[in-house]
Amino acid sequence: MTLKTTLLASAIALAPVAALAADLTIGFSQIGSESGWRAAETTVTKQEAEKRGIDLKFADAQQKQENQIKAIRSFIAQGVDAILVAPVVATGWDEVLEEAADAEIPVVLLDRTVDADESLYLTAVTSDLVHEGKVAGEWLANEMAGEDCRIVELQGTTGSSPAIDRKAGFEQGIAGHDNLEIVRSQTGDFTRAQGKVVMESFLKAEGGENICALYAHNDDMAVGAIQAIKEAGLKPGEDIKIVAIDAVPDAHKAIAAGEMNATIELTPNMAGPALDALEAYLANGTEPAKWIQTESKLFTSADDNMAIFNMKKDLGY
Amino acid sequence: MSTPSAGPRPSVFKRILPQLVILAVALALNVVVFPDFFHIDFRNGRLFGNLIDVLNRGAPVALLCIGMTLVIATKGIDLSVGAVMAIAGAVAASMVVEGHGWGTALLAAMAAGGLCGLWNGFLVAVLRIQPIVATLVLMVAGRGIAQLVTEGKILTFDNAGLIHLGAGTVAGVPTPILIWIALGALVTFVVRRTALGMLIEAIGINERSSRLAGINSRVLLVCVYLVSGLCAALAGVIVAADIKGADANNAGLWLELDAILAVVIGGNSLLGGRFSIVASLIGALIIQSVNSVILLSGLPPEFNLVIKALLILGILVIQSPRIGNYVYMLRASDIQPQPDRPKPIDHQEKEAAR
Repeated sequence: MTLKTTLLASAIALAPVAALAADLTIGFSQIGSESGWRAAETTVTKQEAEKRGIDLKFADAQQKQENQIKAIRSFIAQGVDAILVAPVVATGWDEVLEEAADAEIPVVLLDRTVDADESLYLTAVTSDLVHEGKVAGEWLANEMAGEDCRIVELQGTTGSSPAIDRKAGFEQGIAGHDNLEIVRSQTGDFTRAQGKVVMESFLKAEGGENICALYAHNDDMAVGAIQAIKEAGLKPGEDIKIVAIDAVPDAHKAIAAGEMNATIELTPNMAGPALDALEAYLANGTEPAKWIQTESKLFTSADDNMAIFNMKKDLGY
Repeated sequence: MSTPSAGPRPSVFKRILPQLVILAVALALNVVVFPDFFHIDFRNGRLFGNLIDVLNRGAPVALLCIGMTLVIATKGIDLSVGAVMAIAGAVAASMVVEGHGWGTALLAAMAAGGLCGLWNGFLVAVLRIQPIVATLVLMVAGRGIAQLVTEGKILTFDNAGLIHLGAGTVAGVPTPILIWIALGALVTFVVRRTALGMLIEAIGINERSSRLAGINSRVLLVCVYLVSGLCAALAGVIVAADIKGADANNAGLWLELDAILAVVIGGNSLLGGRFSIVASLIGALIIQSVNSVILLSGLPPEFNLVIKALLILGILVIQSPRIGNYVYMLRASDIQPQPDRPKPIDHQEKEAAR
C-alpha cells in the first residue's frame, strides 16, 4: 500500500502524463432513478467508466439535493480525481462547488446545468433542453399543418431546468402558429403515476374530444397519460397526438403500437463525452468548452421502433 | 367524540360532522373552479367523472390512514408506510415478471408488508424504541430495499389480474374505490363491534395503567403496526398496478405525511386515545379534493404547494380547539338573543311588569 502510494507519488512528480495511466477514481452523484432514462444513464455511465478502467464511486441521492451535497462532500473527503454530478435542481450549489474547487477537484455537470459561476465547474455535458422542446414544437406545427389544435402540456418537476427549458423550447417551436394553443399546463413530476393522474384531470377539465395534442416533458409521463386516455375511451396517437422527449424504450414501443406519435432522443450517454473531456484535462490540462452539447434526434413512426426498442431495452431503462 | 350515552348512531354522526362540513366546502371549491365537477357519465365501461377521480386517487392515502389511525390511537406513528408501499409494489411486480400468478404476487406483497409491520411492531413494543424513531429506520431503508428488488429500474408488467387491482373496474366502479371502502368497513367493524377499539384507545391514553388493568399491550401494539404494514402493502400494490409498473423511487413518496395529515384532519389526536377511522377516511377524501382543486384550477404548477398549504392551514385552524371554542361561544350568544345569564333578569322584568 505505502509502496504503491510512493510509486504513484513519484510517478506523478516525474511524469504528469504517466500518472494518467494509473487508475482514476471518479465520484458520480446521481439524482436517483425517477425515470427509466435516469436508470439507463446510470448503466451507461458505469459501462463507460469500466471501458476506460476508471474506478467509479456511485451515490444515489433519491431526488434530494441535500443527499447530493452530502455525496459531493464525501467524494471531496475521499480525495477523488474528479466528480460527476447530475444536479437535481438548478440552485443552491455555490457552496459545495467552491469546496470542490478549493480541493482542486474538477466537477463535470451531467445532463443538467446549475445557476452557479462558470468557473466553479469544468464543463457541463447536456443536451440542449430548449432545442429538444423546440424540435417537439416544430414537429407538432408541421404535423398539424395549419389545423387548429388545443394542446395540453405535462411539465416536469416544477423549478427543474429541463421543465423550464423544455417548456420554453416548445413555446418557441410553436411560436408564429396561431392555430396551436397550449390550453392547460400542469406538472406531472416526470413520473408515470402523476402523468396519469394529471392527464385524467385534463381530460375532464377540457373534455377529451377538445384536446388535440399532448406535449409531455418526458416519455414516462406520456406513457402514464396514454393509459389515462385509453381509460377515457379515446385512442392515444389518433384522437390525441402525443409528442414527448427522451426516447426511452417504452416510448419506441408505444410509437410502434401507434399509441404515440413522436419522441426526441435524450441520449443516456452523457458520461462518454464527459469522461473524454476529463481525461484530456487531467492528462495535459486541456480546458474543454464550458458546454458540450449532445444530439437531439427525432423519432417518429417512420423509424423502425421495434428494432430500437430491442436495442435499448437492456440498457436499464 | 361525544358521550357514549347518546347511542352509537347520533354520536358517530356528531363525531364526523366537522369533517363532513369541511369535505363539503372542499368539494364546493371544486365546483367553483370547475362547474361540471359533479358530472358523472359511463364511458368505456367505467364510471367517468371528477368525483370518481377523487374517490379513486384518494385510495392510497385512504388505505394508509386506516392503519395509521390505529397506530396513532396507541400514541404511536408509522413513518414507514410510503416506503412499505414501494417495497410491496416492487415485490408484486417482480413476482408477476417471474411468471407467478397475480394472486401469488398479491400474497407475497402482503407478506412483505406484514413483515415490515412486524418489524416496526417489534422495535416499538418489544425494544421500546420511540415509534417516530423506530419507523424512521424503515422509512429511510425501505426505498433502498425496494430498489434492490427492482434492480433500480421501473419494473413494468402486463399481468391482467394484477393490473385489474389498480386500473380495472368492478361493475363500472374502479377497483381501488371498492378496496378501500371494503377494508375501511371491515376494520371499523372489527374494532368497534369488539372490545379491540377500546383496548387500543386505552393503550394510547395510558399504556402503563392499561397494562395493569390486564390488557396485553405488547401484542396489541405489534398488531396495530402489522395492520398498518398490511394496509400500506395493499396501497403499494394498487399504485403499482395503476401504472403497470413498480417505480421504487416514487411509489408512495411522501404519502406517509398525507396519511398522517388525513388522520389529523379526521380530528384524531396525535397524543393517542379516542379515534375514528371513518373520520380519517373523510380526511383522506378532503386531501384528495384539495389536490383536485389544484389540478382543475388550471393555475401554473408553481402555485400547487402554496394553494395546498393555505387550504390545509385553513382546515387545521378551523379545527383548532381555540377556534372551536370561539365558534361555540359565538353560536351560544347568537342563536339565543338572551343567553343564560340575562335570563333571570328577563324573568324579573316580566315579574316586575306584572
